[in-house]
Amino acid sequence: MRRRTDGRVSVIAKYLPLVLSALLRKKTRTAFTLVSLMMAFLLIGLLQAVNSVISGGAEFLGANRMITQAKTSFTQPLPMRLLPQIAAVPGVEFVSHSQFFGGVYQDARNFFPQFAVNPQRLYDTYPEWVLPEAQRRAFISTQDGAIAGKLLAEKHGWKVGDIIPLNSFIWTKTDGSRIWEWRLVGIFDGRDEEWSKRASLMYLNYAQFDEARVAGARGLAGVFVVRVADPMQSEKIAAQIDKRFENSADETKTQSEQEFQLGFLKQLGNIGFILNAISGAVFFTILILTGYTMSQAVRERVPELAVLKCLGFTDRSVLGLVLAESLTLCVLGALAGMVMATIIPPLVLPPEFPIRATADVWLFSAGAVVVLATAVGLPPAVHAMRIRIVDALAGR
Amino acid sequence: MRSPSSSDNVSPLVEIRALTKAYVRGKQSVEVLHGIDLDIPEGDFIALMGPSGSGKTTLLNLIGGLDSPSGGVLRIDGDRIEEHSSDELAAWRAATVGFIFQSYNLMPVLTAQKNVELPLLLTDMTGSQRARRASVALELVGLADRASHKPNELSGGQQQRVAIARALVSDPRILICDEPTGDLDRKTADEILGLLQRLNREFGKTIVMVTHDPKAAEYARRVVHLDKGTLVDEAAH
Repeated sequence: MRRRTDGRVSVIAKYLPLVLSALLRKKTRTAFTLVSLMMAFLLIGLLQAVNSVISGGAEFLGANRMITQAKTSFTQPLPMRLLPQIAAVPGVEFVSHSQFFGGVYQDARNFFPQFAVNPQRLYDTYPEWVLPEAQRRAFISTQDGAIAGKLLAEKHGWKVGDIIPLNSFIWTKTDGSRIWEWRLVGIFDGRDEEWSKRASLMYLNYAQFDEARVAGARGLAGVFVVRVADPMQSEKIAAQIDKRFENSADETKTQSEQEFQLGFLKQLGNIGFILNAISGAVFFTILILTGYTMSQAVRERVPELAVLKCLGFTDRSVLGLVLAESLTLCVLGALAGMVMATIIPPLVLPPEFPIRATADVWLFSAGAVVVLATAVGLPPAVHAMRIRIVDALAGR
Repeated sequence: MRSPSSSDNVSPLVEIRALTKAYVRGKQSVEVLHGIDLDIPEGDFIALMGPSGSGKTTLLNLIGGLDSPSGGVLRIDGDRIEEHSSDELAAWRAATVGFIFQSYNLMPVLTAQKNVELPLLLTDMTGSQRARRASVALELVGLADRASHKPNELSGGQQQRVAIARALVSDPRILICDEPTGDLDRKTADEILGLLQRLNREFGKTIVMVTHDPKAAEYARRVVHLDKGTLVDEAAH
């Protein structure tokens, strides 16, 4: 096995200068093609990194947690009176409620998610968030209390005791104002690295929120968070919850937290499909461009390839040389693009946007390179393989 | 036509019997060689002459294993090369024949040294062995000091010397030369022909050369004339 590997290495070392020299024959053309490939794979790498977050980013969420929302849409609130009925469903361990607040801190560019919750119920359903005991108690006992994720607090330089004004674009207070002031009573972190990376949201005390908002909106919850004792029973329990409210004025839809998160993103459209469609368009464009370049490069070198055959290179070795040339060109361009796609996001995006060219994205790109190199290299390689020496040398 | 220089006792290096070659042009088959008989002994230097379309380049290509005959026998060193597969023929060419073309046909992006090393890529030699061998070949053609130059940095005569070094580097028994001085001035042409003559006389290389130039043909040991696909005349120098 070692001998075979050594053999392959020596073959590559032997023919690589020949392959590189073919690429360097037209330096400007090769440089432009490499830049095009680099930009294409930078784009593909970034799009797939986003896609990876969307399709797999919610995997960290617990399998023992479900979200019950209004059947029509999660933007439609549900009455708080459903909570005890949900809690009464066999297998349900804890239930909490959560209402999206939609507040802006100082500037719209500072947007971060806030949810009005019952503090104790939050602790029961989200044990992944950790904060000092005194702060836990303070959140329960402070009517206008709020707790912020560690990343968020660090970003804005908040400390416990600060008053955080939020301008809600959804909720109006009874006095007609949309400015809500919240007293920061605690700063929470994730219990592990995965959750720590997401500690950039804020929880507000529902008691203050519900009391201060206009009368018509009181007593409503956005969604219910249901924690079950046995994750294997989740599907069955979800069906029971929904059945309980079937044909009522408040029909529900219960699903896993992960499905809910993906559904939330899909409100914007099928993002995964859109990203894949753009990646496909980029791939197709670069395929046509590189394919044309490779075909042109081989057409120009027909006499040289015929000479190689004169010297004793077989048809298959000429085929291999052209394919190696295509692979080298595509790999160099894609590698540069993927390195950029790996380096750029951490430099320009804040830590709470976990868009990274992960191993999966690199694997996807590696597959794309092989397909691209084969697709653009095979037609000219077959053409090169079929060159008849006497015709090529005679200029026919 | 049998060569007067062939011997009845010793087999010639190249033995051609009733060799024909036809090309299909559209729906028509056009025969360009009509039953050629020719022997070329080892160490011969033969010039193939004749008007355009007489079939001399076709005959040269067949002897060099670049094309397959339509009929007849083409035996080289006892080996019937017309029966070889494409891959076998490629291996045979690499081991037996060196090619020198009118337009040199060097790889423009490779240095003289790397151009000469090209045929050795098909051998088991290491990089340093290939480099050493190529240097010797370049020295033999008087271009040791131009090893790092690319073809466009060399004169026509120097490029043809590099091509000769490339043809020689794998130590083939036969050199196939297609109008090797066709693009060169008289003085340079004489230098190249003198070099070929030296390779024939001192190193025993068998040379088959196509030329239109009677002066070039004078360097050969014998001249064979073709006309309309048939051998018509032969003269020894």
